[in-house]
Amino acid sequence: MNTKAEILSGELKFDVMKIREDFPILNTLVRGKPLCYLDNAATTQKPHMVIDSLTEYYTSINSNIHRGVHTLSEKATAAFEESRVKVKNYINAKSENEIIFTRGTTESINLVANSFGRSNLNEGDEILITGMEHHSNIVPWQIIAKEKKSVLKVVPITDSGELILDEFEKLITERTKIISVVYVSNTLGTINPVEKIIEIAHKHGVPVLLDAAQAVSHIPVDVQKLNCDFFAFSGHKLYGPTGIGILYGKESLLEQMPPFMGGGDMITKVTFDKTTYNELPFKFEAGTSNIADAIGLGAAIDYVNSIGLNSIQLYEKHVLDYATNKLSDIEGLRIIGTAPEKSSVISFVLNNVHPHDVGTFLDFEGIAVRTGHHCTQPLMDRYNISATSRASFAMYNTIEEADVLVQGIKKVIEAFS
Amino acid sequence: MDNELRELYQQVILDHNKSPRNFKKIETANHYAEGYNPLCGDRIDVYVKLNEDKIEDISFMGSGCAISKASASLMSTMVKGKTIEEAEKIFEKFQHLITGKMNEEVNTDEVGKLAVFAGVREFPARVKCASLAWHTMLSALKEKNKTVTTE
Repeated sequence: MNTKAEILSGELKFDVMKIREDFPILNTLVRGKPLCYLDNAATTQKPHMVIDSLTEYYTSINSNIHRGVHTLSEKATAAFEESRVKVKNYINAKSENEIIFTRGTTESINLVANSFGRSNLNEGDEILITGMEHHSNIVPWQIIAKEKKSVLKVVPITDSGELILDEFEKLITERTKIISVVYVSNTLGTINPVEKIIEIAHKHGVPVLLDAAQAVSHIPVDVQKLNCDFFAFSGHKLYGPTGIGILYGKESLLEQMPPFMGGGDMITKVTFDKTTYNELPFKFEAGTSNIADAIGLGAAIDYVNSIGLNSIQLYEKHVLDYATNKLSDIEGLRIIGTAPEKSSVISFVLNNVHPHDVGTFLDFEGIAVRTGHHCTQPLMDRYNISATSRASFAMYNTIEEADVLVQGIKKVIEAFS
Repeated sequence: MDNELRELYQQVILDHNKSPRNFKKIETANHYAEGYNPLCGDRIDVYVKLNEDKIEDISFMGSGCAISKASASLMSTMVKGKTIEEAEKIFEKFQHLITGKMNEEVNTDEVGKLAVFAGVREFPARVKCASLAWHTMLSALKEKNKTVTTE
């Protein structure tokens, strides 16, 4: 097994202790114990660079964007638009016009469901999702399916938590209008074979939306290479602020789509008879945007780039493998989600101890894990469980923290034995 | 174990979690409700055999954390044989116990065995775990067949 020393002296030069210094919250004590933050799939912590960018924005350039002619407005607009370029480069979109600022992944998916969905779905048409979707990639489609009398179909998964690709292709019919798939499962950690999924979907002429909320902080992304049609993610799971997210869409598709919300900034001309909509991406950004947090997201992307996603991916894999091995050795512990391709998420259940009790006990060890259904109730039903405990690792987590988790779980088991 | 944690997970709670009382379905029940905690996805079924206004028998089924299971178990032992009005009074006291102010003295005479849940007030996220069975029981008493949630 790899040890920390080995990995540091080996090919992978990843100074996790130096990275930890960039995240002030990691020095926090919880109930007198050093914080062991393993709830990164819910939200990641923020580095100084991001926190400082917010302070800097509000301290020196706070102003409304796009229409002001004064100096501050011009500076704020420039910083906001610069952030859009950073996002564009981060996921390698073709143009800034394809980058729409939203509140988060949920809003991005709702935008597509409401705009693309409402204008393309008719009675009897089909929407295809998978059995491992987050509620945010189920409910928006249910709402529009109900309105349009369309049908929501679900790709089944295996016991290990992988999509059954044969079934996937069988479920595509000539009525399928959109396929919306999670890139990385927030509960299972499964990395879905999205390239293959997109290829199959396109063979049938169906556009694909990727819910990439759990992907963008772990996997280098190239939307052009993936050839996905829509790509949604949140800033706060990428070391950025809450309340800011991205919808990427292919320009040709976005052009055809009607606005999602009406208001200021998304228009070119308004009379009481008629409104002409603004060009992309502003057509989809009604009202004053979350300027500060958009700029904060840009800072988060700068930070991640300074470390390098390839290194992050390698390092997190190392921590995941270590933690998976250690946890597998615990008697009475079952890992939910054992796909070969996984991101650094480990969901588990214990014999005789409910996840909520696990969560409270671990909190007393300073360990933050998520317990519950993780907004994936249909997935819980699939495994015939009501909840799991979930440890999710980020680039600043250490092998030692995985050990702290293992020790914590052993204490829980002992207390309930 | 940490003192505060021991306060929450008292031995009585751990015992009731391990071997819950009245953990079965009463086939002759004439009142029933399903309780649901959307926060954690936990479900509980409460069966009541009501004779006029007297709770002749009560039982529960379902999955939940130690707090919710022990709470359901202790509840069933506390209200069995009581009238609806008496059961509601016990619930009021229990509710006060688990949501009361942190430093408030617990009057154990008033709540009897339920005093073991006093620690719950220190854990706001867990109050719903402790109260789910009670809300479900009250609902079962009023309705013949109902689903309740803690929201």
